[in-house]
Amino acid sequence: MSNDAAVLAYTLRLADNALILAQCMVELVTAEPELEEELANANFALDYIGQARMLYTYAGELEGKGRSEDDFAFMRDEHEFANLLLLEQPNGHFGDALVRQFLFDAFYVHLLDAITRCSDERLREIAARAVKEVRYHLRHCSQWLVRLGDGTELSHNRVQTSLDYAWRYTGEMFAGDEIDQAINADIDGPDLEAIHGLWRKDVESVVAEATLSLPDDSWMASGGKQGRHTEQLGFLLAEMQYLQRSFPGATW
Amino acid sequence: MYTQGLDQAGKDRRVAAETEELLNAFQKRVDAEEKIEAKDWMPEAYRRTLIRQISQHAHSEIIGMQPEGNWLTRAPSLKRKAILLAKVQDEAGHGLYLYSAAETLGVSRDQMVADLLSGKAKYSSIFNYPTLSWADIGAIGWLVDGAAIMNQIPLCRCSYGPYARAMVRVCKEESFHQRQGFDIMHSLCLGTAAQKAMAQDALDRWWWPSLMMFGPNDSESTHSAQSMAWKIKRFSNDELRQKFVDVTVQQADFLGLSVPDDELRFDDETGHYQFGEINWQELFDVIAGNGPCNKQRLEKRQRAHTDGAWVREAAQAYASKQAARAAA
Ligand SMILES: [Fe+2]
Ligand SMILES: [Fe+2]
Repeated sequence: MSNDAAVLAYTLRLADNALILAQCMVELVTAEPELEEELANANFALDYIGQARMLYTYAGELEGKGRSEDDFAFMRDEHEFANLLLLEQPNGHFGDALVRQFLFDAFYVHLLDAITRCSDERLREIAARAVKEVRYHLRHCSQWLVRLGDGTELSHNRVQTSLDYAWRYTGEMFAGDEIDQAINADIDGPDLEAIHGLWRKDVESVVAEATLSLPDDSWMASGGKQGRHTEQLGFLLAEMQYLQRSFPGATW
Repeated sequence: MYTQGLDQAGKDRRVAAETEELLNAFQKRVDAEEKIEAKDWMPEAYRRTLIRQISQHAHSEIIGMQPEGNWLTRAPSLKRKAILLAKVQDEAGHGLYLYSAAETLGVSRDQMVADLLSGKAKYSSIFNYPTLSWADIGAIGWLVDGAAIMNQIPLCRCSYGPYARAMVRVCKEESFHQRQGFDIMHSLCLGTAAQKAMAQDALDRWWWPSLMMFGPNDSESTHSAQSMAWKIKRFSNDELRQKFVDVTVQQADFLGLSVPDDELRFDDETGHYQFGEINWQELFDVIAGNGPCNKQRLEKRQRAHTDGAWVREAAQAYASKQAARAAA
């Protein structure tokens, strides 16, 4: 795989992660447990949409075929999306959505941090902006995880179950493929093994403070990065893409 | 508008300790355009009127998130999705400031929320209509936020300081919303025939409910005089409605859309648009709970509250544990 092709594929992965997580969070608008969380959820989703837009725009430039951010978001099919499976998992209850975002952000913050030191200037710029946002999200999610874990017996048990379930989708974050390797080797991008260590340390410390137990690394799901998704993604995209697909070529 | 003059008259009698002297001194301050602050003496009826109005306004912001939230997952571009999400987030923020402003009058947010969830408290009738197409998001921004601004700009000069100050901030954001809504309509009207038809259909459905946002005719609005004297209200329902029609009809012309009113015509003598009779029965039905979406809107709010109870309880339990640890 050429250097350019790897950067393009990698940029799309990053963009898809941000967009799919944002889309799941947008579904939660007006369903949050309190008004302050409505503001936080919308705020975070806006950050991810902003990141997705910058990344898709850059992908369009790299590809050079005139595709816009909206072409990538609305006119690609399920198998062309390369987001992590974790991010397309259904919202479930507050604890499920929280754990999903926590586990991802704890990874994403280190990933972005590493990207701020890569040799691709545009990715560096985008990551520098995003890492500040995600650091804040992670702090918010960590605080909530501690509140739920060390809150009531009910909340403790619920969020432990969320964590146990979501854990199977964390392996994929660190399972590098040829694109991850090319990004690491060719543009001094993230070293997934190193990030795994950092992630593990951070997650362990918050989970311990939350009086929760870390699940065992048993079976791990994979396939999202390669476009093999869980059943949820098709519905998510059908809803998200419907207007663009119903009125091809229209401007909004 | 957001408060719609839905108040019941008669409950706000003067209480015994309110001497003529105190009442006169209060009215003098109001007449001098002094701001009344939370700790100042005020007649009980003034306090209750404001609590009702501000909490209704807050509830409207919160319920108003639903019809627009309905299109967040289906917004037709990433830019539109981001703009709409920022708008819905602003409305949550408006709810938050307004609950805080009402709390300065001695009512708790929990109590206000409980009144909303039990169906005791009212919110603007407009949010009981469904958003059936993307153009409805444009129509809401253009018409509903537009009508809200007409009402809220004078509220920036309301005699009660905390409400007036909250309104200054809210109004700035509402005028963004209005422009963004108009921009959606404009894009649709410049688009394909199907898009333009979508815009016309949205105007057809939202026009009359928007006019109803200003509340009953002045002749029916028994509560207005006292609110005017207290400088809570500055213009009558009919005055504000007329102002809205005058501005909005011209915007519809610009868009090339037709306002669904056969009686609409410009009156050269008065310099205003004359418009047809509002279907008041529809407004009273919607206020009484029989609008197209009253049940769904309230149920969704109740569900979010019930589903979130364990989360709020956990946060509370954690906070008490932390306090106990700090004390130990
Ligand atoms: Fe608002
Ligand atoms: Fe608004």
